[in-house]
Amino acid sequence: MNMTTDSSAPRKPPQQGTTLSAPFWEAAREGRLVIQRCSDCGQLRHYPRLLCSRCFSDRCDWVEASGEGTVHSWTVAHHAFHPAFADELPYTLVTVDLKEGVRALGRWREGSTPRLGLAVRGGFEPREDGVDLVFQAVAG
Amino acid sequence: MTLRDKACVTGIGETAYLRGSTKTAVELQFESSLKAIADAGLRPPDIDGVIPVGIVSATAEDFIDNFGIPDLRFSAVVPHGGASPVMALQCAAAAVAAGVCNHVLITFGRNVTAAANNNKAGARIHTMPQFHYVTEFEYPMGAISPAQLYAPMARRHMELYGTTIEHFGEVAVACREHALLNDNAVMKKPITLEDHRHSRLIADPFRLLDCSLESDGGAAVVVSSAERAVDLRHRRVFISGVAAGHPDSPASISQRPDMTSLGIGKAAPRAFQMAGVTHADIDVAEIYDCFTYAVIRQLEDMGFCAKGEGGPFVAGGRLRLGGELPTNTHGGLLSQAHVWGLNHVVELVRQLRGDAGRAQVQGAECGLVTGYGDMGDGALAIMRRE
Ligand SMILES: [Zn+2]
Repeated sequence: MNMTTDSSAPRKPPQQGTTLSAPFWEAAREGRLVIQRCSDCGQLRHYPRLLCSRCFSDRCDWVEASGEGTVHSWTVAHHAFHPAFADELPYTLVTVDLKEGVRALGRWREGSTPRLGLAVRGGFEPREDGVDLVFQAVAG
Repeated sequence: MTLRDKACVTGIGETAYLRGSTKTAVELQFESSLKAIADAGLRPPDIDGVIPVGIVSATAEDFIDNFGIPDLRFSAVVPHGGASPVMALQCAAAAVAAGVCNHVLITFGRNVTAAANNNKAGARIHTMPQFHYVTEFEYPMGAISPAQLYAPMARRHMELYGTTIEHFGEVAVACREHALLNDNAVMKKPITLEDHRHSRLIADPFRLLDCSLESDGGAAVVVSSAERAVDLRHRRVFISGVAAGHPDSPASISQRPDMTSLGIGKAAPRAFQMAGVTHADIDVAEIYDCFTYAVIRQLEDMGFCAKGEGGPFVAGGRLRLGGELPTNTHGGLLSQAHVWGLNHVVELVRQLRGDAGRAQVQGAECGLVTGYGDMGDGALAIMRRE
C-alpha cells in the first residue's frame, strides 16, 4: 500500500489560520517568522490580536523577526496524546524568548538538550501539510 | 459592603465517582443536584438560582423544566474550567447577599471515560474558545494535552528554584493517603514516593502519578443567604472570603511574562482580607490539583510560603492528615476523581461540619478551597463553621 494515499493513517492537527493571523501563516510557508506590530505605537505582539493592548489601536502591520532568542522552558513528550505523533516520541517542545520581546513555542531539533537561557535560533521546516517552527541551539 | 459571611453552603451532593459510568453528564449532574438540595433540607422547586458548570451541562431552562422551579430569578455561566466552581461560589454569594435570590444551585457532571465518548482531554480542550491560540499555534506542533501545556511551567520552576521530583511526589502521596480513607475515591492502592518517582513519564517533568484522573461523576452544592440558612438542616458553613483572579496573558501559558504566576496570586490577598483571617487560621485546605505541581505553585501564590519555596513547604508530610496543613483530605483530583474541583468544595464543607469520617481534621473550624482552570485562572474561597 502506498502510505501517502492511506486515508487511515493519522494526520496531524491542521494548521488553520484566521483572517487575523493569515499574514503569519503566509510568511511561515515562505520560511519567514513575522510578528504583529501596532501601526500607531509600534508595540510588538504575539500571538496575533485584534487590538494593541497598550494604545487599543486596531491598525497593525507585520515585521520579520530574527528567530534568535533564548530558551524560557521546555517539555519532553513521552506519551502520544494524538496518534499522529506516536512515531515521533519522545519529542521536545520549547518556549523561546525572542530578541524582539515576544515568546514563541516550537519544536526542538533533536541532538542537544535545552537549558534555561540557552541561545537558540529558529526557522520553519516543512511537514506533511505545512510548516513547523523549529528551534536549535546556536553553535558555540 | 463586603461579602463576608453573607452566604453559606447549605447543601452538598456527589454521585459515585468511577471510570466507565453508563450515565450521561447531565444525568450525573441532576443526580448530585438532587442530593445537594435534599441535604440542605430543601425541595427542588425551592431553588431560585442556578449556575451550571461545565462544557456538557444542563442549561438553566433544563433545571426549570426538570426540577419544577416556578420562579428562577438568577442564573449565570462561569466559563473558566476548573476555576469555575469556586468562581461560582463568588457569583452565588454575591447574588444571595444582594437579595436577588435565596438558594443558588452550583452543579457539575461529566462522563469522559465512556467508550462511546472517545473525547479525551487533549481533544476536548481544542474545542474550547478560550484556547484558540493554543489550538492554532501549539496543537499542530504536538502540544496536545494539558499535561504538555503545564509541563513547561513546572520545568521552569524546577530550574529556577530547585523544586524536585520528590516535592511533586509529596503531593501525590498525600492525596493518595487521603483517598484510601474515602470510600468514594477512584484510586484504592497505596503509593510511595518511590512509586511516584518510577511511574511512567508522560510529559517531562510530569509522570503518570503527577496527573489527575480522567473520571466520571457529578457534584453539586447549594449556596443560601446566611439568614435563610438558619432554618436549614445543617450547622451553617459561611463563605467568609471569596475572590477570583486571572493571570497575565490568560489565553496561553507560553505567552505569559512569567508563566509560573497564576491568577490566584491576585485573588488570595482579596479573599484573606475579606475573611479577616490569616494563613495560620487555616485548619484544612482543598487545593485544585490537576497536577501535583499546581498545588505547590498555588501554596506559593496564596502566600503560605515565598515564591520558590513551595517544594520544601510540602515536604515532610505537611500536607498529610496530622501535618500542619492537611490538604485534599478527600484525595483530590489526583486520587479521588476529576470533577473540576467541585468535589473540593463538597469536601471542605464536610470537614467544617465535622462529617468527614476517617479523614476528619480534628477541630477544623476554618478552611480554604481553590479553583484553577483554563491554564491559570484562579479562585479562592475561605470558609468557616458557625
Ligand atoms: Zn499600540
